[in-house]
Amino acid sequence: MMSNRTKKGDVLLSIKGLKIQGFSDEKWHDIINGIDLTLHAGEVLGLIGESGAGKSTLGLAAMGYTQPGCRITEGEIIFDGVDLAKLSDVEKRKFWGDRMTYVAQSAAASFNPARRLIVQTTASTIRAGIKNRQDAYDDAKQLYDVLNLPDPDNIGDRYPHQVSGGQLQRVMTAMAMSPRPDLLVFDEPTTALDVTTQVEVLASMRSIVEEFNTAAIYITHDLAVVAQMADVIKVLRYGCEVEEAPTRQMLSAPKEAYTKSLWSVRALEKPQQAAQASVLSLKNIDASYGIQKVLHAINIEVPKGSTVAVVGESGSGKSTAARVITGLLPQMSGTVKFDGEDLPPALINRSKEQKRRIQMIYQMADTAMNPRQTVREIIGRPLEFYLGIRGAAQTKRVIELLEMIELDANFMERLPGELSGGQKQRICIARALAAEPDFIICDEVTSALDQIVQEGILKLLMRLQEELGLTYLFITHDISTVNAIADQVVVMNQGEVVEQGLKTEVFQPPHPDYTALLLSSVPEMDPDWLTNLISKRVV
Amino acid sequence: MKPEPNTYSALGEVAAVHERRSLWTRIVIDLRKAPFTARFGMVVILAYMLVAIFAPVLAPYGEAEVFPEPYAPWSSIYIFGTDQIGRDIFSRMIYGARNTVGIAVATTFLAFLIGGALGLAAAINRSWLDQFLSRSVDVLMAIPSLIFALVLLSIFGSTVTNLILIIAVLDSTRVFRLTRAVALNVVVMDYVEAARLRGEGLGWIMRREILPNIMPPLIAEFGLRFCFVFLTIAALSFLGVGIQPPTADWGSMVRDNASLIMFAQYDLKVGLTPLLPAAAIALLTVAINFVVDWFLHKTSGLHDE
Repeated sequence: MMSNRTKKGDVLLSIKGLKIQGFSDEKWHDIINGIDLTLHAGEVLGLIGESGAGKSTLGLAAMGYTQPGCRITEGEIIFDGVDLAKLSDVEKRKFWGDRMTYVAQSAAASFNPARRLIVQTTASTIRAGIKNRQDAYDDAKQLYDVLNLPDPDNIGDRYPHQVSGGQLQRVMTAMAMSPRPDLLVFDEPTTALDVTTQVEVLASMRSIVEEFNTAAIYITHDLAVVAQMADVIKVLRYGCEVEEAPTRQMLSAPKEAYTKSLWSVRALEKPQQAAQASVLSLKNIDASYGIQKVLHAINIEVPKGSTVAVVGESGSGKSTAARVITGLLPQMSGTVKFDGEDLPPALINRSKEQKRRIQMIYQMADTAMNPRQTVREIIGRPLEFYLGIRGAAQTKRVIELLEMIELDANFMERLPGELSGGQKQRICIARALAAEPDFIICDEVTSALDQIVQEGILKLLMRLQEELGLTYLFITHDISTVNAIADQVVVMNQGEVVEQGLKTEVFQPPHPDYTALLLSSVPEMDPDWLTNLISKRVV
Repeated sequence: MKPEPNTYSALGEVAAVHERRSLWTRIVIDLRKAPFTARFGMVVILAYMLVAIFAPVLAPYGEAEVFPEPYAPWSSIYIFGTDQIGRDIFSRMIYGARNTVGIAVATTFLAFLIGGALGLAAAINRSWLDQFLSRSVDVLMAIPSLIFALVLLSIFGSTVTNLILIIAVLDSTRVFRLTRAVALNVVVMDYVEAARLRGEGLGWIMRREILPNIMPPLIAEFGLRFCFVFLTIAALSFLGVGIQPPTADWGSMVRDNASLIMFAQYDLKVGLTPLLPAAAIALLTVAINFVVDWFLHKTSGLHDE
């Protein structure tokens, strides 16, 4: 069934001179600063930009919605001839869940855990009176089928916790599709998924948008993803438009320097170093959480002064390996050898010196720093604790460390809440450096950051490695990050090491099956990549 | 479009830096936005504090000064009359603020010290210690606290020290549960793990990493717990095992003059006399609740919607 309320090619949505402000710290700040946007029926618009660029706010505003604490100060949002900015919430609600729908970033957090999937999929359709219950249910099952969900007739009877994250994201797409809207807004729908899952979800979303000829706004910070989805790409920065162009034109010939800099991030690549003697080696490590065994006899060697990247999906045991090395999770059998001596399995039995030499940097810099401590306290504590540096000497060293991570003394008295994402991660790096370690475990340190910021952090880590002779164990699921930083690669799957070796060897065919799947799932900047990949996989 | 530099620099990243305000300015801003109920509550609490501190100056007569005229009516000499052995009720009310409120504050502090420390230790440790403490608390909470306090006070004797210790221990069970529950949310944070990896001891993790992050609910609980302690003391005094005469106390004043209420049909003022200390208790409880409500609303982030 095709939506017959609008014809392909008509202007469906036009936003003119939109300005939105948000209230924080007792003041109104501009979030969107005068943006024009035109979307035709059946067209997919990709919105890209860093966090804070206003892309989510704009996506929601396209539906006439603003988050609490925000207000539309100027401009009009004309959807099919009606100015949404002038309507009351009650009037706008007639459009929501009927003619326009929304797919949120975190499907797991957006479903009601107490209701069955099919009930939630069809709720808005039935409420809007588009279909009766039976028709809506039948239709939902068809949508599940189009979206390639397993067992489409019965999957709707499950509860949200009984399906995987990728499946849940597709169920949410079915929910958004159920009333056959004219406009669909996708807000970073695949950001939380593993690459291998992301491919399937992207393919399903694209096929459904094409099949029902729905107009969509696709918000993301991943250029390769947007290249697969969008007809037109609009780049945002600081609430303003940088440039807009059809996808192919945008990818081949970006006009603005900012857009070009976004494109260049993926080109970062580290020259590979020759292998040296191991500084850390894991031998036959078995580890388990309770009765569930997570690591099966894994062996990892980390050469001194190099970077070893551990790659794998969530649940592959890569973070568990890190917990074994740090002593948070004592292994059941096997040994961890560091600089020639066996490390005691439990943290409590390790000496202060052993703890000092191995430091860790976390994925979420937000939760890795105490929100009630200033930068001075956060960096100063390891100085005092391990090295006994206090008072004026401590202040001097903190400033040195801040300069080492390209920040300055002005940051000393700031709280973590007053730092941007990249700055937070830098402070975490400085905290690890304060202990003067030999070995640093980086657990997905860049995956929560925007691409430009990622590049900065990766460059910083490489420079520090050169200057201080550090050894890194870099845990990640992002292959372009591996390219940028690693000398050696360890591929993990379901608690086992699938492949290990120099980067060039691992990335060269022939691959074991799993490595091949992982490598082929990494989106490329080519708009035909997904189409080619799917036709290849079907064959 | 704003002209922006195209080279990336970490220094140039935009972050929401808050204005540096002194504690005083922040308090003034908060107070200006406080609703009427909260302001009312704060004024009442302040007044009680002043009365408690300056009791000897404000009271016309001594705390235990006996006059030859028992059950004197309200007059310009004895503002609220005298009690059954001829002590000035107005003066005793003023001294009562000092005793009842003072003891309640001391008890609540002690309850938080015990319950808070054990709750934090249990949340961080999560092993047999957590099990042992939590189950002991369950046992203590299974016994009705007022009756348990009565039993213990009759065994150990009704001294002020015993009163404070017994109520503090019984009330610390509630504080333990709250502290443990809110601390559990903080213990799983990466920064606590980072502190553990660094090799920090239990004391540091409790005081520096967790406590600052769970203060708002604990402060709110302090206010509410104070009300309960205060009411328990008043109830025990009313039952005769709380604060002992001649120390002035609102709970026992209600009991001592309770029979006067029967004379209300002849003289309304006389009938009101036993209700005055009861009203003092009620007013303070309500005032504290107003302030706690406002504080909770302010810190829980429920500003919008």
